[in-house]
Amino acid sequence: MKNIKLNLQTLLLIALLFSFNACRTDDPLDEEPATEVPTESSDEVKGFFLLNEGNMSMNKAALDYMDYETGIYDKEVFKAANPEAVGGLGDVGNDMGIYGSKLYVVVNASNKVEVLDVNTRKRLKQIDIDNGRYLTFYNGKAYLSTYLGSIGDPNAANGKVVEIDTTSLSITRSVEVGRQPEELVAYNDKIYVANSGGYSAPDYESTVSVIDIDSFTETKRIEVAINLHRIQIDNEGDLYVSSRGDYFETASKLFVVDTETETVKKTFDLAVSNMTFFNDMLYIFSTEFSYQTGENTISYNTLDTTTETVLDGSIIKDGNETLIKIPYGIYINPETKDILITDAKDYVTPGSLYCFSADGVLKWEVETGDIPNKVVFTY
Amino acid sequence: MRISFLHCFLFVYMSIGFNNSSTLYAQEKDSIIPVSLDKIYLLQSKRYLNPEPLNSHFSPAPVQELTGNTLSRLSTNSVADAIRFFSGVQLKDYGGIGGIKTINIRSMGSQHTGVFYDGVQLGNAQNGQIDLGKYSLQNMEAIALYQGQRSDLNQSAKSYASSNSIYLQSKTPEFSEDKKLQTNVSLKSGSFGLFNPAVDFDFKINNKLSARFSTEYTNANGEYKFEYSNDTYDTIAVRKNADVEALRLEASLYGKQGTKTNWNLKYYHYDSERGLPGTIVANRFERPQRLWDKNNFLQGEYTHHINDFYFIVFRGKYAKNYSRYVDPEIITTDGELDNRYTQKEYYASLVNTVKIRPFWNISLATDVQKNTMEANLYRFAYPKRLTLLNALATDFNFDKVHIQASLLSTTVNDDVEYYESAEDLQKYTPALMVNWQPFASEKFRLRAFYKKIFRLPTFNDLYYTFVGNVFLDPEDATQINFGFSFQPEIKNIAFDIQTDVYKNLIENKIVAVPGTNLFRWSMLNLGKVETTGIETTIKAAGNLGKKIHYRTNLSYTYQESIDVTKGTSNYGDQIPYIPLHSGSLSAMLDYNKLEFNYSFIYTGERYSQKANINSNYLQPWYTHDLSLGYTLFLKQNPLKIKMEVNNAFNQQYTVIKNFPMPGRSYRFSLNYTL
Repeated sequence: MKNIKLNLQTLLLIALLFSFNACRTDDPLDEEPATEVPTESSDEVKGFFLLNEGNMSMNKAALDYMDYETGIYDKEVFKAANPEAVGGLGDVGNDMGIYGSKLYVVVNASNKVEVLDVNTRKRLKQIDIDNGRYLTFYNGKAYLSTYLGSIGDPNAANGKVVEIDTTSLSITRSVEVGRQPEELVAYNDKIYVANSGGYSAPDYESTVSVIDIDSFTETKRIEVAINLHRIQIDNEGDLYVSSRGDYFETASKLFVVDTETETVKKTFDLAVSNMTFFNDMLYIFSTEFSYQTGENTISYNTLDTTTETVLDGSIIKDGNETLIKIPYGIYINPETKDILITDAKDYVTPGSLYCFSADGVLKWEVETGDIPNKVVFTY
Repeated sequence: MRISFLHCFLFVYMSIGFNNSSTLYAQEKDSIIPVSLDKIYLLQSKRYLNPEPLNSHFSPAPVQELTGNTLSRLSTNSVADAIRFFSGVQLKDYGGIGGIKTINIRSMGSQHTGVFYDGVQLGNAQNGQIDLGKYSLQNMEAIALYQGQRSDLNQSAKSYASSNSIYLQSKTPEFSEDKKLQTNVSLKSGSFGLFNPAVDFDFKINNKLSARFSTEYTNANGEYKFEYSNDTYDTIAVRKNADVEALRLEASLYGKQGTKTNWNLKYYHYDSERGLPGTIVANRFERPQRLWDKNNFLQGEYTHHINDFYFIVFRGKYAKNYSRYVDPEIITTDGELDNRYTQKEYYASLVNTVKIRPFWNISLATDVQKNTMEANLYRFAYPKRLTLLNALATDFNFDKVHIQASLLSTTVNDDVEYYESAEDLQKYTPALMVNWQPFASEKFRLRAFYKKIFRLPTFNDLYYTFVGNVFLDPEDATQINFGFSFQPEIKNIAFDIQTDVYKNLIENKIVAVPGTNLFRWSMLNLGKVETTGIETTIKAAGNLGKKIHYRTNLSYTYQESIDVTKGTSNYGDQIPYIPLHSGSLSAMLDYNKLEFNYSFIYTGERYSQKANINSNYLQPWYTHDLSLGYTLFLKQNPLKIKMEVNNAFNQQYTVIKNFPMPGRSYRFSLNYTL
């Protein structure tokens, strides 16, 4: 009797333990519904992709898509179109660009570039490249800056620029540049790359490397300032290059480099976090931390590249800049001239995308993934 | 048969427990009387069946304890593994044999927990966290967790200075009759390429002096298979760069002079090299980062009864901790990133305890500590911190009521060689604790405590290049706890039921936020977290028939830890890595020389980041561990053979996002005492 009763108890206990298996579920929460955004449909621009960087080691890079025709903002479209991609888009979505019918996504800490079909968003190819940073396109080729040139060599501190053929999607050539190269532009058969040297503070790099595309060699280094990051080119062939400074004594500044003389011709005492060029105008924002108040001071400026002067007043005219905690990217819709600003907030929670009219009045806002970074428009 | 299931619980269990209780209780109540080591051993051997029922019953602060026999029987490698069996504890386990394991008690954050080794705190001024995975159980006699603080008046001021504390008690020399030398040899091997031999020697030099020498070597490749999958893909990979090689050496001297003076001195050495397997992310399953640690400390304790009313304790410590981190994926102008950190700690403590009335004691504890840190980092400040702690405590101990009140004064002075230092700090923090027997029966006691305390910003918080912020304030903690202990004997069957409800509030929580510009983070006093929890532990032990003894332990924790930081989008969300439900169950069976152990650990669903959304969701996990041991005698010396199967159902899970944990693993161990 006793034994039977005991066994029953034991069985019940075992049953209870196994019932915990039911606690695991593949569909933990309800799917978040796609957001509808109040937007007028446009003729040329069909929509845009937004790349969410995701905090490093969280493996949360995500691609969102906004369709201007339906007004639907869809999250995680890479995951939806490529469920078989092991680990998804990956860790730290650093940059992306569209060339022809293909979308190139640089996933920094996943050591890869994902090439997708713009329409189906299906993976066409995964190109393995360690520590990729930024992309640009020129004459049928994609050019990608990467932090380290030769992997596993403790003496090889230099980075490189890699050439990818946009038809075969294979790496065709590469060239060594400065240490930890960042943004790059291609102009007049040359590539200009901003070198940072960020791995060896305080021994930063201070140059823009010039690569001759024909021979694919580094022909020159233009001396600018320490720790360079952003680079944009205007319609007159002037480079706008930002220096991050050393975060202590040397402030962040903006420099104008003439591509004809390949020298610095003007300096702005303007801290640049990010910027975009559109219609003879640079849209710039800067975030600076004050040790006095313990707060960030954020400013939004426009710079006329024809007169090379900073215009008075903020980009945002309706007082809504207080909504944006940490602006991270700025983009202009080429058709409506709407200004899109992404907000990374605290980097570890979903960010926001704000759309302001060309007059600087807030039109709409949408929640994104973690650290909304880059926007590219589709036509 | 009228014998119910409950009858099957061991009645000896509680009767032995309570017979001993009177002796121990006296000592608990009057901590001024020194307990001789022999007495403790005697009690411990008798208390085999329920080794720790008393601490928890009479303590005004919730206490959970695991001692010798239980510790050795749970399938545990390190202190971290053992602590998982306590309620209210979340272990941050990065996986594998060499993986970092830190604990978070009652959702307050690991820096709020003080970890003490033989009564002296293990320090880490750099990041305020102790990797409990590095502390082996081989030389551990007992592990206890105190919420609030321990109520022992002879403790140092440091013991008042954290929100909760873990006390690790190392093994002390033990001699069977007429023996001057006792040796224990053990060897563990199994999955992960583990090779883990250990040798302990106990010497009886004379009646006043004994020594213990304990050493252990660990070598493992740490590799294990894991599954990486979603609905569509399913990949099996092997965890790489997870190897570890470690050597631990401990040498201790124990002395006594008459009945009034006791002292001990311990040297501890730990030297290790390990791979850091890192996160598993898309397209990246292997990483090359390496870590070296060298920890050395020398500590001692001297206790002396000046007279029947006045007792003093002196404790001292010198520690030097070195670590080196190499990242071959970051090439600087000097080659691979190679960071080296050296921390030193100098510590002295004096405790005076005075008995004013038989029921009334007061104690004044004064600690002085100096911490320094050096690092080969750019713009490193080379901080030095001088901390002065004074704790005044008073204790009223009546038959049915035990009240303890304390006030801690903390004075901190930071100094740096370069750049700015944090401002000086002076704070007073109180604690009040009560244990009360409301009824005539001594089997049921209530307890409550209220405590205000804080954790200091660490050297990393204040001075780490690019990230540190010298304007940080301490992170404040307020705790309120109500609980009961019920140790009934039902038809000769004994239970030990401990339940507490608590509320704690963390203000000025130190968090990393995007700082100076897009490329930097900065530490700020930003967060606020409110936690409401219930935790309960039910222990029971018994006999099945005449020959089978068993003990069981069930623990359960419910925690609502809500982010109440104003103006954030995740206001009201559960904080990361805190499940609402968690618990454990263990059972140990003995049949003659055969032992069988089973344990189950459950951690409910939780989120990996602040927002409680799908993409941050982490699945619950639960593991079943089984082991079988047999003791045989070679020349009358016991040889214990044990086989373990851990995570028996091969569950694939992660504790920390992107750090896969091992599936089923095996371990084989031999232990021989001569």
